[in-house]
Amino acid sequence: MITLNIDGRELKAEKGQTILQVASENGIDIPTLCYHEALEPYGACRLCVVEISKGRRSRIVASCLYPVEEGLEVKTSSPRVLDNRKMILELLLARCCKNKVIQGLAAQMGIEQPSFKPEYLEDNDCILCGLCVRACEQIVGVSAISLVNRGITKEVAPPFFGSATACIGCGSCYYVCPTGAIKMEDKGDTRIIHNWRVEFKLKKCNVCGNYWAPEKQLDYIRDKLHLPEKFFDICPDCK
Amino acid sequence: MNEKVIAVINKYNGDKSQLISILQDIQAEYYYLPKEALVQTSEAMDIPLSKVYSLATFFRAFSLKPRGKHLINVCLGTACHIRGVARVLDKIERSLDIGRGETTKDHKFTLETVNCMGCCAVGPAVKIDGEYFGQMTTDKIDPVLANFE
Amino acid sequence: MLNRLCSRKELEVLQKGLVSRMQSDKPRIAVCNGTACHPYGCVKISEAFKTELAKQGLENKVDLKITGCHGLCERGPIAVIRPGDIFYQQLKMEDVPEIISKTIASGNIIDRLLYADPATGKKLVHQREIPFYRKQQRLILGSNCEIDPTSAEDYIAIGGYTALAKALFEMTPEQVIDEVKRSGLRGRGGGGFPTGIKWESCRNAPGDIKYVIVNADEGDPGAYANEGLLTGNPHSILEGLIIGAYAIGAREGYIYVRNEYPLALTNVMTAIGQGQQLGVLGNNILGSGFDFDVRITRGGGAFVCGESTALMASLEGKVGEPRAKYVHTVEKGLWDRPSDLNNVETWANVPLILNKGADWYQARGSEGNKGTKIFSLTGKVNNTGLVEVPMGMTLREIIYDIGGGIKGGKKFKAVQTGGPSGGCLPESLLDLPVDFDELTKAGSMMGSGGMIVMDEHNCMVDVANYFLTFLEEESCGKCVPCREGIKRMQQILNDITEGKGEEKDIDLLKQISATLKDSSLCALGTSAPNPVLSTIRYFRDEYEVHIKEKRCPAGVCKALIHYYVIEEKCPGCGLCVKACPEGAITSMGKKNPVVLDESKCIKCGACYDVCRLGAIGIE
Repeated sequence: MITLNIDGRELKAEKGQTILQVASENGIDIPTLCYHEALEPYGACRLCVVEISKGRRSRIVASCLYPVEEGLEVKTSSPRVLDNRKMILELLLARCCKNKVIQGLAAQMGIEQPSFKPEYLEDNDCILCGLCVRACEQIVGVSAISLVNRGITKEVAPPFFGSATACIGCGSCYYVCPTGAIKMEDKGDTRIIHNWRVEFKLKKCNVCGNYWAPEKQLDYIRDKLHLPEKFFDICPDCK
Repeated sequence: MNEKVIAVINKYNGDKSQLISILQDIQAEYYYLPKEALVQTSEAMDIPLSKVYSLATFFRAFSLKPRGKHLINVCLGTACHIRGVARVLDKIERSLDIGRGETTKDHKFTLETVNCMGCCAVGPAVKIDGEYFGQMTTDKIDPVLANFE
Repeated sequence: MLNRLCSRKELEVLQKGLVSRMQSDKPRIAVCNGTACHPYGCVKISEAFKTELAKQGLENKVDLKITGCHGLCERGPIAVIRPGDIFYQQLKMEDVPEIISKTIASGNIIDRLLYADPATGKKLVHQREIPFYRKQQRLILGSNCEIDPTSAEDYIAIGGYTALAKALFEMTPEQVIDEVKRSGLRGRGGGGFPTGIKWESCRNAPGDIKYVIVNADEGDPGAYANEGLLTGNPHSILEGLIIGAYAIGAREGYIYVRNEYPLALTNVMTAIGQGQQLGVLGNNILGSGFDFDVRITRGGGAFVCGESTALMASLEGKVGEPRAKYVHTVEKGLWDRPSDLNNVETWANVPLILNKGADWYQARGSEGNKGTKIFSLTGKVNNTGLVEVPMGMTLREIIYDIGGGIKGGKKFKAVQTGGPSGGCLPESLLDLPVDFDELTKAGSMMGSGGMIVMDEHNCMVDVANYFLTFLEEESCGKCVPCREGIKRMQQILNDITEGKGEEKDIDLLKQISATLKDSSLCALGTSAPNPVLSTIRYFRDEYEVHIKEKRCPAGVCKALIHYYVIEEKCPGCGLCVKACPEGAITSMGKKNPVVLDESKCIKCGACYDVCRLGAIGIE
């Protein structure tokens, strides 16, 4: 058992936990964008930074990654932390000036207008948090997409910017994306994920007649779990 | 293409951690990384194609486009910058009518830049096909390029 | 093929034999084939020496040694002749036969090939007399002049692998660590962390499998000190690495060499092969029972892979994206195992420390900063090249006494140290002692040893823009502060250089810098603001002139300058007329100055470069 102090509160934690996990368990809210419980922490958005000190010196660290230590003092909203958080959101707003999620987060920090010249503002939706890529790799296991190029030209893309042939259409990327950057739609018997240039035929339930999941995704699951061929002929609602 | 790629992979015993070296050796064979070679590497080594592509696009050493007959490397290191290499690069771009990372229409020259070749004392430095040229100025460019068939 | 050495005794016997061979009265020609000499044609000159010696029937009577970098790169091609230790510089092909017939055959010195002291005009015969070399302490680099880097025997002849034998047979791993700790050696890659303590942490970290790694990804543009060592004396790094592996308890090592250093790669590979043949690498090294082997890997052209966690990711076959170092790499590094990563120069210091002892090493350098440091001294200085000086020597001594002062008699403006992670220091700081702590206090840092001198014709705003452009290209792009922050800073800086700067720009640059320093994922991001912050700190007026007056006093920023003809100097020769790609210059007949039409001028600099009379001005 480890004892640490977050925002003036003495809290108990297990060895190996991160500051974010302990804060979350104790109802202390630290904003995040690239963090997801089901995935390994990534530390890319830096929105979750906090100020820590042990003794006299203090520094800024990413709470999603920093392991708790005995006697650690953490401040989640000190002036230094707020300055950092504000600038990070300024930078994200400049990148995604029309994105509603980012606009909302920025407004919460008191940012109405970005500090940068209008002609340099960009209209992206993707913040390169990597959640889609990591979900596809760590949870689904197909790695249909990846982070391509580096630096300011970095982007999420299918191989060769073509069609993501390994994609099974499960939509994990769409569900996990924090900014709505992934455009997926089910139209009749077809699912389209526009970003990866893929289309899937949806399976029709033998009972209710609804199109409920991509056939390719169901084939993938059946294959992985060695299920019989007709296992998904009836949708979960009708089963 | 199959045999060359497989030969390279076998040289490294299919070791996934050696993927960068494998791609470098494949590129040495073809002067760039053809799409088919990357697809084959992905299949032969059981590495998702997206990861192979991610690696190939992250590192500057790799070119996914065919390169010209002669590779021009202009050093953009600090010492060369201080000595005015920007003008030299401009001149090459004008003379060949291509930008950085591009190849001339006749496939004769590809122009790339490097962040320091270690020839700081003789900067601005330009390397063409492994041959080093030091103390380059705009007026020396055309005569040097003319030497390459 | 080298014979395997199965014991310390066999090494000593081999060494004795080789030493007596090296000390023979045979005349010797050592030709510098360092990378910087290649553009000068040193390879052809070396071939010419070989051919000429054979022609004169002297190939068995004269030792021709192709060495690594001698240091005075400004004066290449260089050859040092023994006996007499005669230093010849700026050689041409035509000089070769004369050197052999005059100097080798009859001991006569060829005056015109000697270095002339720029202050007195006096010709200097010996390397040690030359001002560039006089104040240096070439404890590490000095060996470059003595050996053929592709000859393991040369290395053994100068005492190579003696330190390794001492470590394996006279010391325990803990004693080796103690000695390195006592020496005060600090990491030469830029971090300056005490090496002995790093080794100790790695040794004590839980786990049976550990790694030692050589960081030879010298990515700082303008720094090639590591390159000089790798190409010129690869065995010295190997020896240091094997000693470190023994101290830490590692059986496997990696040498990660930058892709842009083909000569270094070749020489290191050769050295590893030789090491395996000799038995200083592999199983049961020198019969000690200690096993260790090393693998070489090439970088892929990514500056960020000089950062330890990115380098390790790259070794694992992944993209070079750093990770948080809240758990240090000495505990969880390569493959999540304890890994000790050190810079090339750090490893090269280890055999020296063991051979001479920690007390000897401690006596060199300044308080808290022991030993020497190798710098790549380049830019607008007379004597560009690789220099090795004791820690604590001042910038002034390095730039003026060793560097010979500013080229072309121009005025010193700034010196940049530490590469893109460092800063620019002004004239007022020329008496700053150069060591880790002093440089950091002044707003710069040691880095891997780049030292770039600038004069009045360099614009500090342009320099800051240059570094940001570099970092923008090299950022891995993973974290928001670095990827987005550097981009915005570069846009602001670029606008300032184009006369589009605004009053609030400097404050905004400082604000973004503060976040980068605090919140970036790795040291590329946290140190990215340094060039900007140091130039704002020391050259703020230059920024303000660009912003308020839309003027570039140094005459660099294209949008703010114009080219003009200095009529008094122009004889109307018309060279510039021919050189101009836009037809902006018109000839007015012989003896009349040309006329430059600014409306057509694209400021390419062709006229400026081609005019040898200085008749084209920039302001």
